[in-house]
Amino acid sequence: MAGHGSMSRLILILRRDLRQALRQGTDSMTVVIFFVIAVALFPFGVGPELDILARIGGGVIWVAALLAAMLSLERLFQADFEDGSLELLSLEPVALETMVLAKVLGHWLTTGVPLVIASPFLAMMMNMHADGYAPLLLALALGTPTLSLIGAVGAALILGARRGGVLLSLLVLPLYIPVLIFGVAAVDAAISSFPTHSYLMILAAILLASLPLCPWAAAAALRHSME
Amino acid sequence: MAQGWNLHYLANPARFLRLSNRIEPWVAGLTVILLGGGLYLSLLASPKDYQQSEAVRIMYIHVPSAWMALFCYSSLAITSAFSLIWRHPLADIIGKSTAPIGACFTFLTLVTGSLWGKPMWGTWWVWDARLTSVLILFFLYLGYIALYNAFDDISRGARAAAVLGLVGAVNLPIIKFSVDWWNTLHQPASVIKLGGPAIHPSMLWPLALMALAFTAYYVWVLLLRVRGELISRRISTIRHRQTHG
Repeated sequence: MAGHGSMSRLILILRRDLRQALRQGTDSMTVVIFFVIAVALFPFGVGPELDILARIGGGVIWVAALLAAMLSLERLFQADFEDGSLELLSLEPVALETMVLAKVLGHWLTTGVPLVIASPFLAMMMNMHADGYAPLLLALALGTPTLSLIGAVGAALILGARRGGVLLSLLVLPLYIPVLIFGVAAVDAAISSFPTHSYLMILAAILLASLPLCPWAAAAALRHSME
Repeated sequence: MAQGWNLHYLANPARFLRLSNRIEPWVAGLTVILLGGGLYLSLLASPKDYQQSEAVRIMYIHVPSAWMALFCYSSLAITSAFSLIWRHPLADIIGKSTAPIGACFTFLTLVTGSLWGKPMWGTWWVWDARLTSVLILFFLYLGYIALYNAFDDISRGARAAAVLGLVGAVNLPIIKFSVDWWNTLHQPASVIKLGGPAIHPSMLWPLALMALAFTAYYVWVLLLRVRGELISRRISTIRHRQTHG
């Protein structure tokens, strides 16, 4: 009974977030445009030699995805915090952790998934070897939910802080490094025709570990912000 | 039970100040003696390495600072738990006072490691697992300090920083085991390991002395910082009372 109740509320919150995101429509597009522009800067920076671009492509796409995912995090709880909906949501007969999970899922669907979909086109622009495409997609699909989960902790911590956006990057980016390392390692391994299996497993393990831990930490931070 | 009573006993700032005033000169003296002895043994009296020659002496600063960097973060995580679970006001202050000390030890670890790496590995920096995870530790310290100071309400900053302190603790086992899990340039543990230390006693003794000296230094500076923090809070309370009658 209780499980059913919290599940249906999770879906309710998720639908509300998705509806808001769709109605504004700009946030998801901004993130994807930022992603494309950030990657497109590199050929200007390092020069248009196709060999060099093919060599660094995987890493560049991953770093750009990291920054793009972070860009939209500041607003994850901010609007609800300012207009008081966060306090109302916390009064719901459902664990705050579930609410966070719904928010994270909404964030991933509106920013993570578009990034994953956009990544093959960028890989093409970076002249990436054809063997790298599938691992890049898989690694991003496994890695971006983790980015949203870890980001939720940071977004909850900075509520009410001065210059929250800059602070958020300082808190979240160091914690993103493990995802980046194994995400890029998977792509590089595939390009040099090594097995990618173990890197993808590690990415999945990081996701499974942060799935219960991050909503818990984020909910703790949210409770303190509403005191 | 006794533990809980002790903590409760020390939660009174006046009592803590009295106790810290009493032990601080002793800790200061101990730090000076241990550091003097440790530096003499490690820089002058210990043998040079048959492979690394004099450069091995960097170890006597590098290894204890690395231990202290981890030790400070562990205490930070523990005080964070105390602050979140029992709302212990002194835990907040100890966490806040530990963070800059730990950040300095981490910075010292990175700098001495870099200076040691140049003659031994031929490069100032490599992106190996141990070095990278310690760099992340340094960023975590900076994030903790920045978050603590980002709020107008002191206790809100303390809570937020405590949550971050606990989250960042996942990095500690990664640092410790990075040399075992990944095939890295950084050498694996040689002092604290199964089957006893793989380091000659003539080098182990100065190292142990330096580690104790660094620990005593940490306690000394911590007492000074906590006292400063308590006094500054008292001053702001008095000012607040004066302006608001």
